[in-house]
Amino acid sequence: MSSAPADLTIAQAASALAAGDLSSVELTEASIAAMTAARNLNAFITETPELALERAAESDVRRGHGESAGPMDGIPIAVKDLFCTEGVLTTAASHILDGFVPPYESTVTANLRSAGAVMIGKTNLDEFAMGSANVTSYYGPVKNPWRAADGKDRVPGGSSGGSAAAVSARICAGATGTDTGGSIRQPGAFCGIVGMKPTYGRCSRWGVVAFSSSLDQPGPMARTVKDSAIMLTAMAGHDPKDSTSARVDTPDFAAAMTGDIRGLKVGVPAEYRIDGTPAEIDAMWHQGEKWLRDAGAECVPISLPHTKYALPTYYIVAPAEASSNLARYDGVRYGLRMPGASLDEMYANTRGAGFGSEVRRRVLIGTYVLSAGYYDAYYVKAQKLRTLIAQDFKMAFKQVDVILTPTAPSSAFVIGERLDDPIAMYLNDVFTVPASIAGLPGISVPAALDQSGLPLGLHLIARPFDEATLFRAAHALEQAANFTARPVLVSEL
Amino acid sequence: MSDYIIHGDSGDWEVVIGLEVHAQIIAESKLFSGAAPDFGAEPNSQVSLVDAAMPGMLPVLNMRCVEQAVRTGLGLNAKINLSSVFERKNYFYADMPQGYQISQFLHPIVGEGIIELDLPDGTTREVGIERLHMEQDAGKSLHDQDPTRTYIDFNRSGVALMEIVSNPDLRGPEDAGAYLRKMRSILRYLGTCDGNMEEGSMRCDCNVSVRMVGEKELRTRCEIKNVNSVRFVMQAIEHEAQRQVDLYENGGQVVQETRLFDANKGTTRTMRSKEEAHDYRYFPDPDLLPLVLLADEVERLRADLPELPDAKKARFIADLGLGAYDASVLVAEKASADYFEEVAAGRDAKTAANWVISNLFGVLNKLDIDIEESPVSATSLGKLIDLITDGTISGRIAKDVFQAMVDSGDDPGAIVEKKGMKQITDAGAIEEAVDAVIADNPDKIAEIRAGKDKMLGWFVGQVMQMTGGKANPKMVNDLLREKTRP
Repeated sequence: MSSAPADLTIAQAASALAAGDLSSVELTEASIAAMTAARNLNAFITETPELALERAAESDVRRGHGESAGPMDGIPIAVKDLFCTEGVLTTAASHILDGFVPPYESTVTANLRSAGAVMIGKTNLDEFAMGSANVTSYYGPVKNPWRAADGKDRVPGGSSGGSAAAVSARICAGATGTDTGGSIRQPGAFCGIVGMKPTYGRCSRWGVVAFSSSLDQPGPMARTVKDSAIMLTAMAGHDPKDSTSARVDTPDFAAAMTGDIRGLKVGVPAEYRIDGTPAEIDAMWHQGEKWLRDAGAECVPISLPHTKYALPTYYIVAPAEASSNLARYDGVRYGLRMPGASLDEMYANTRGAGFGSEVRRRVLIGTYVLSAGYYDAYYVKAQKLRTLIAQDFKMAFKQVDVILTPTAPSSAFVIGERLDDPIAMYLNDVFTVPASIAGLPGISVPAALDQSGLPLGLHLIARPFDEATLFRAAHALEQAANFTARPVLVSEL
Repeated sequence: MSDYIIHGDSGDWEVVIGLEVHAQIIAESKLFSGAAPDFGAEPNSQVSLVDAAMPGMLPVLNMRCVEQAVRTGLGLNAKINLSSVFERKNYFYADMPQGYQISQFLHPIVGEGIIELDLPDGTTREVGIERLHMEQDAGKSLHDQDPTRTYIDFNRSGVALMEIVSNPDLRGPEDAGAYLRKMRSILRYLGTCDGNMEEGSMRCDCNVSVRMVGEKELRTRCEIKNVNSVRFVMQAIEHEAQRQVDLYENGGQVVQETRLFDANKGTTRTMRSKEEAHDYRYFPDPDLLPLVLLADEVERLRADLPELPDAKKARFIADLGLGAYDASVLVAEKASADYFEEVAAGRDAKTAANWVISNLFGVLNKLDIDIEESPVSATSLGKLIDLITDGTISGRIAKDVFQAMVDSGDDPGAIVEKKGMKQITDAGAIEEAVDAVIADNPDKIAEIRAGKDKMLGWFVGQVMQMTGGKANPKMVNDLLREKTRP
């Protein structure tokens, strides 16, 4: 074999497993070794090597009996620590969930498990998925495996920063993420991997610690578009336990990637050209257009006039829902409890100690925008804007099949930067938030390196439940970009 | 009874009352989870992951509860909203695990309706229903299990409730009592709530204000929370109205606030003032889609509704010839109405109604039991009436037979047989007794013949006594009249 096991993509590993060139136990051992070696990244909150080896052995037994569960069977994956996992500590990277071991398994991770995937650990994230740099975690920041010329540690993006770092650092070929405003796609771009947010309702939210219920969506993170498609097929499906889960069939997304995008119409939204975007990102965007045109697609300028309202809308809706979703962390039933002389004091002590500053900020903002006298001015108005933003896309999709934008307005920044300015931090999601607001599927594909040697991503958005077209277009982009750069791995240092 | 007036020094005051009834929906499981809602289970034995608000848990609407709410709305002659929305009512309390209650706020499932109160004089009065919405119940805090700590039982957490809000159409404690009884009756007929206030499956918040008779505007109201019996509701309103009148009469003002009823003292006291009122931060629950019903489904539910008390009462009056009062007494409880109908089947309805209301209800009251536990079955009571109708026993003896039925549970025929209670209709035997009494009382006969008619009753009594009460009273009467004629 030419590659080390941990370097294999899901598709490659699946072939090797099928051919008997490799066992799941061998593959998993390699993943565990890489995870151990890369601990300095702080990508994992909890490592589950014994459980992983147990499940890998089971996979090998299945395969030995000719009962492989499919392309994910025996593949080591990392799970964002926002997914509840039966018998395994689940923290949401928050102090307030200290010691919380769920007696249940989230639908998405249960689906992956029945597809044979082998969980090697729970990855670090921004606390309750609130952040774009993985710096708000109670368990400390995650380091981006990529190094720029200056040698300073970069953020991996967020909130699914641990998952992105783990996949990027070749610890595993795939990981689960969740995306509320860009939490899969932006870290995907920052870490030079593929990050895919499915249509809202494609994957069940049951058992995923809620941040913003109307926006949260689990999705795959992998190094190739095909791997993302394979993973999503295993993750998705209608779930009667989630009332917002869509009653749609799950196609074999990888099979839908024909490689042919001739005649595909690609929209390029004028409103996404914003002041202050680095020239190299603009250049990459133009390059993306060219790649798609060269592959036979037609690029057309489109207008999404309400784009500028997306970020403010998001920062009303998401905190509003979060302020309510996080009310259950009250010290009464599980997790942290800080005693107090009265019930109210116990609440204040527990939540004051249990939540970090960014979570507290959003709970306060959310409480404010829902308050009597402010509700109409903020929450109701945001809901109206949400409709308008969704209509923008609906109109655009009458004209085009996918929309092309950059994933983020910058490459990965230095850990510690932008901490004092939440607005600057929130701007990270300016290109990803509109699709979230509209519930649309989006994908970030690694496209180039900037001048400091850090990866940049291109972002595609498609119609609701048209992930097949999204993957097909992303695959073409991936082929054209031929992004072969890789971070310097610990093993190579 | 609408004329409940409190006389003050400055004039007469009337009371304005609106009630919010919280009725637990009868269903196999809770509003958004699969856990059972049964009363009296071991603490925390009926709590699902959703009910405990574990991280990542999501509510799934129980459609049986929706059906029950719609059926209740139909039973209250109310508008069914084909589209309704669940919202979150946010506030912290230890026995409310989510930190919010899922309720309906701006868009309830049921809109305006009407409930008809049966007044003691046989007339009726309409009270408006403002709305009915579905919501989750909270758990229960147990403060008496430990000197320093509070325990929580989450069994009730997530149980489906209907909150039924009346218009401020009630004008006194009696009105409120009649409203609650009628509401309970309708819910029980529908099978949508068992109406057991002592088990907490039906509770009531009372909004009370007072105003001078003739005033058009409403004055400041107080809300008395969570009163759990009809009697307490009436007491609480009576006390609260008087308290408010006293305040005004002494130059004070009523402050809008939430109050608690103290059942031991029969008084109300402040729970929290308007300033302390929660800002519930309602917003549509993003975990749930708007609830959309099809008109066809609603019509199917309407077609399947049972006969409700008002319709039954109308039928008893029109078809069976009962008086309005008797009819409303009989239909108040479905079990009573069913019992009565069984007794009345093929018999004289008025006689049946009389026996059920005057005799059976008296016995049940005395024994403090429900009609379902009656020692006298409807079949037996029917047979007893048959024995009177065919002349086997007299009406007077029937009362003794009935008592024996209550005591023994035996069949009336067997009792009559065993105790030799058959009526004496043999004219010869009766005449013998009549003659004997006349012969023994020549002085009294003289009085009758002198025109003292009342004395006749005394003679009847003597004859009945002589025959052990078994003589046919009519025959005795006729004979005596004939033989004492001057």
